[in-house]
Amino acid sequence: MATVKKRIRTIKVDADKCNGCRGCEVICSAIHAQPKYSSVNPARSRIRVITHRLQDIWLPVFAGEYARSECAGREVYTIAGKQYDECGFCRASCPSRGLFKEPDSGLPLKCDMCEGEDRPQCVEWCLSHVLTYEEREEEVEEEAEKLEDLQIGLEALADKFGVEKVKDAMARLSRSE
Amino acid sequence: MRYAEMGYHLEVDLATGNIERVETDPKITELHLGGLGTSVKIHWDRVPPETKPFDPENLLVFSTGLFNGTPAFSANRTVVTFVSPQSELLAYPMMGGFWSAELKYAGYDKVIFKNKSPKWVYLWIKDDHVELRDASHLKGTGALEVQDLIRGELHEPDAQVAAIGLAGENRCFTASIEQSRSSSSRLGGGAIMGDKKLKAVAVRGTKDVQLARGDEFMKHMKDVMGYINFRNSNPIPDVMTIMSGIGSPQEMVHTDEKWHSESFSWGNARTRRKNFWTKEIEESWTSTQHAAIKRLISCFNCPQHCGALISYKDVPRYMMKCFSKLTYAMAANVDDLGFSFRTVQRAQEYGVDGFSTPQILAFAIELKEAGILTDKDFEGAPPDKEGRFIWLLDRLVRREGIGDVLADGTYWAAKKIGNGAEEFAHNLIKKHEQLPIKLSMLDPLYFLMYSTNEKISITQIEGNWPQAAFATREQRERFVKEWPQLPDEKFKQYLLDWEPRGEKGIPYFPTPDMCCEIVDWMEMLHNIDDALGVCAGMASFCLKPPYHINNYPQLISAATGMDVDRDELKRKVNRSRNLHRAFNNRRGMARADEKPPKDHWKNRFPELEENLLTTYYRYKGWNDNGIPTRKRLEELDLGYVADDLEKRGVLTNGHG
Ligand code: SF4
Ligand code: SF4
Ligand code: SF4
Repeated sequence: MATVKKRIRTIKVDADKCNGCRGCEVICSAIHAQPKYSSVNPARSRIRVITHRLQDIWLPVFAGEYARSECAGREVYTIAGKQYDECGFCRASCPSRGLFKEPDSGLPLKCDMCEGEDRPQCVEWCLSHVLTYEEREEEVEEEAEKLEDLQIGLEALADKFGVEKVKDAMARLSRSE
Repeated sequence: MRYAEMGYHLEVDLATGNIERVETDPKITELHLGGLGTSVKIHWDRVPPETKPFDPENLLVFSTGLFNGTPAFSANRTVVTFVSPQSELLAYPMMGGFWSAELKYAGYDKVIFKNKSPKWVYLWIKDDHVELRDASHLKGTGALEVQDLIRGELHEPDAQVAAIGLAGENRCFTASIEQSRSSSSRLGGGAIMGDKKLKAVAVRGTKDVQLARGDEFMKHMKDVMGYINFRNSNPIPDVMTIMSGIGSPQEMVHTDEKWHSESFSWGNARTRRKNFWTKEIEESWTSTQHAAIKRLISCFNCPQHCGALISYKDVPRYMMKCFSKLTYAMAANVDDLGFSFRTVQRAQEYGVDGFSTPQILAFAIELKEAGILTDKDFEGAPPDKEGRFIWLLDRLVRREGIGDVLADGTYWAAKKIGNGAEEFAHNLIKKHEQLPIKLSMLDPLYFLMYSTNEKISITQIEGNWPQAAFATREQRERFVKEWPQLPDEKFKQYLLDWEPRGEKGIPYFPTPDMCCEIVDWMEMLHNIDDALGVCAGMASFCLKPPYHINNYPQLISAATGMDVDRDELKRKVNRSRNLHRAFNNRRGMARADEKPPKDHWKNRFPELEENLLTTYYRYKGWNDNGIPTRKRLEELDLGYVADDLEKRGVLTNGHG
């Protein structure tokens, strides 16, 4: 398979510096509002801060791929005496939890690295320097084009309601447009 | 569409269990902004002056501010309002933390509780689903402990919970409401919750807070962010560390406590220990603090680090903030800072105010030493001072023995004890315990703030104006150079002319007229913060803050879509300020009540003080008894308040 140059964008998380403010959730939801900045709702954020205050757990997690079904296992990590339960580090928008789903439609959310902005906005607005943005180029094998948001959304709807129902709904919608 | 606010209140009748979602009138927002402003209006309209603190009619209102839940940094205050069992006036202790933003996201601006529940309950709000749940199994649990218990039983790890402990359940007058790392602690809101048998209010929200002109709002917020970054890396020179930055006092970050430990009084606000901060103390306190602090934490959407997760020896974990680090050790006259780290955990689970409570305990110790309280009152108390202090705290929150009397605070306890005890309840304003500060020379600005503010708690009245004159001309010039927070350029000259002593020093300078303008500025900014739900540490409480009278109007306009300029903003908060005062006047508060503790300063100037008060009242448009005149009330569209005050004889012929 041919190789292509790919821009790898990473956000490094230094969770030890996190003060638990949830400012990253606020800005992420504001930037993705339609129109931009018209509303705020951390439940729509693509970064969430998993919090167990007395256990000293403040863990910013980014929304990753949509998972059709929940995974079979549940890991429990103990790091420096702190127990991160079950899905703690997992980025998936998955049926087993409420995280990373649009609150009204249930459609999956995914961090898009703030497509269209100069820099990821959660990085910009986290003044405690927890999040660091890095960019580099890598040679990678060509892969199928990444699913766009629309397609991911449709796929999730199809999983939830079945393809036929989605088709019907689409047909109704296009008639009423 | 409503912007910045949600446009709904929750009305909860605890007697019947009836819960209603009530749409609010946008006109009220235009008139009173939000937060404290709109809550005061509710109390004025609905709580008649005959209402006693523990009457079912005493409303308990949990309010968000206009900016909570928006991207505005540090807008996280919950304003709790009620008629206080201690002062019997309208109290509004605020808490930071995470609760108010969550309530906004659930779709509400306020939760209004009326009447009393027949059995212990807690309120659970999840967006449109709102229910009163049985809390009988939670009775007796700690105010912090119960927050996790409730999250657990609801399977809602992201719920934010405000709760009371034993002190609130037992209606102690200094009971607090605890939430995450914060507490609404002054003047006994916890007692009102307990009286209503409301153990907690838990909330989780997943709705949108709308901004009218989001783009514009964020443009201004970027400037605010730039300033926060600048100030965090460029502390103000020539002032004490604790005042050089922004945010609430960074007590968890700083270890240098020379100033607090030597300038504040120990015991029952009695003794200053001017040589306390020795090398050994510094070493021991610093290492104790570093060992106790596990992580520095903030409130919702705030970049500062005022709080800390505490993990001290075998003490169960909890979160600490601000000055509570010192209050227990200093009141108990214990030199080991570990005593504070240990005691605050217990006090927080009990849910008591960390300022008043240590003072009440120290007051009891003094009464014992003076022979006014007896061995019988202290039967069973350990002999050592640490043990005795904790023993008293345990009695107080359970209202056992002498604790039952002390639980009402120093003013009411002294009255009950009699036999000269009143002399020992010496550090009060309007029946409320104050910070243990005893100074030498009368400060006219502080005199006015102490005497006249409805907050009744000096820690949250002061602000942008420096606490003391700079020693040198160069320092003053340096300070006035970059001062974008100023409401008027003339204040620069006041500061340049202000000397540490002599003719241009306190008590005669700033002159009474200047004092009025400065105090009015402090007060106005606090009232704006309290309406918006912004932490005073980022605006009214610190020197050179990120939010001020010159950027607030733009931010408010962009967030709400109401076009508000500086004058209009001042008018709005002045309206609420006067309505609050009228509420208290209607309950009997007047000039005779407006005075700082007798021993607050050694050098007092009775004539000057009377003049200051009169000048200030006239400046505010109040009569000489401290009651807003009809003219002032009408200017602020509060003619109906003048009518009411006249009808009740509080105001006569428009003059009183
Ligand atoms: S903004 Fe930064 S400090 Fe705040 S919660 Fe997010 S990662 Fe933590
Ligand atoms: S990078 Fe952008 S999309 Fe991703 S979590 Fe941060 S703010 Fe949200
Ligand atoms: S400055 Fe401190 S007290 Fe104020 S909101 Fe921020 S963390 Fe909370």
